[in-house]
Amino acid sequence: MTVSPIENGIVLDHITAGKGMALYKALGLDELDCLVAVINNAYSNKAKCGRKDIIKIDAEIDLNFDIIGYFDPGITVNIIKDGVNTKLEKIEPPALLENIIKCKNPRCITSVEQELPHKFKLTDRDNMVYRCIYCESKAK
Amino acid sequence: MRSLIDILDLTTEEIDELVATANDIIANPEKYAHKCAGKKLATLFFEPSTRTRLSFEAAMYELGGNVLGFSEAQSSSSAKGESISDTVKVVGYYADIIAMRHPKEGAPLVASMKAGIPVINAGDGGHNHPTQTLTDLLTINREKGRFDNLTVGFCGDLKFGRTVHSLIGALSRYKNVRIVLVSPAELTVPEYIKNEVLRAKNIEFVETANLEEVMPELDILYMTRVQRERFFNEQDYIRLKDSYILTPEKLELAKPDMCVLHPLPRVNEIAVAVDDDPRAKYFEQAKNGKYIRMALILKLLEVE
Repeated sequence: MTVSPIENGIVLDHITAGKGMALYKALGLDELDCLVAVINNAYSNKAKCGRKDIIKIDAEIDLNFDIIGYFDPGITVNIIKDGVNTKLEKIEPPALLENIIKCKNPRCITSVEQELPHKFKLTDRDNMVYRCIYCESKAK
Repeated sequence: MRSLIDILDLTTEEIDELVATANDIIANPEKYAHKCAGKKLATLFFEPSTRTRLSFEAAMYELGGNVLGFSEAQSSSSAKGESISDTVKVVGYYADIIAMRHPKEGAPLVASMKAGIPVINAGDGGHNHPTQTLTDLLTINREKGRFDNLTVGFCGDLKFGRTVHSLIGALSRYKNVRIVLVSPAELTVPEYIKNEVLRAKNIEFVETANLEEVMPELDILYMTRVQRERFFNEQDYIRLKDSYILTPEKLELAKPDMCVLHPLPRVNEIAVAVDDDPRAKYFEQAKNGKYIRMALILKLLEVE
């Protein structure tokens, strides 16, 4: 299978195998009009399980790096302009996530006060644990 | 403008200051009788409470201040669907400080972001209850004179007990504290407390189901109630509710200067006969709750 190179756009590489489609939706790429390719289970020498997912976006768009850092900090972001690739490696997990994920604790104040922003803070960087700032429940 | 939402919002130095002020209030109450004259405390209790609300109100009255508020959600505008943010914004115009209890976790934090005046978390569901922890710490200080070099036993429902989790967190900041966790297998301390507090801070701890076995080691025994409302299954509650009942016979195994604490209310987990033992400090503890709340109100209102 061949997916042609892009001249101007973004390639998200080294996505943990199996997370590609979820990241595609989380980044809102399903709402774009341009060409977007999601490649699942591509062979990879670097990936632990020998497989990775890749997303290619054939347009210059603003990416939410907080979503990428939260989703999978191992992702490499390649920004391609006029065929020249600028590689951004190791996206840091954000210290605070705002309205990216929702608190699922039914006892949390966010379950009844709909207008509150859903905020999570990174409490354990080694294990990528995010907790709701209101009820401190672990993000799932 | 400071609020108190979580006990860990306070540094150990600030806790020492609050304890010193509370001890001074106990020794010299007349010095503090007019410190809050002209100030108002709003007690916003969205769910029922006896000790906490009354101790906050008594604390403010003893400082010469006044109190307004409500004691159940049905008598507040939240019954009409008003948000916490809107309620506290308005209360912020009428009062100088808020004490809030709410069944939803995080509600007092939301209030502190919107009120424009200090907010004290007086209990948010099963989450935090920092003034109970301050009460516990004041009692430990008055009985033992220190927070370090103590073996503290927690007994009963250690899974759902917010007072247990908060006190473990507060004690984990002191040197040479040893924690003994006594509970049935179904009600042990959650893994995240063991991983993120005890193991993360290298606090020595043991878990056991046998109270008698560890009793002789303890400097403090913190008893808790097994709460019916925490169980989905009535049979589980009935099976576990009498798991650990402290009796005069069991207390015979304890050190002569051990202290028995309990956040109250008690059901039957401490036999009434224990009340006469000089080591029973739980009513003293409830009394201390008023003094530490007085100290906290003074601190948050920045009254000298």
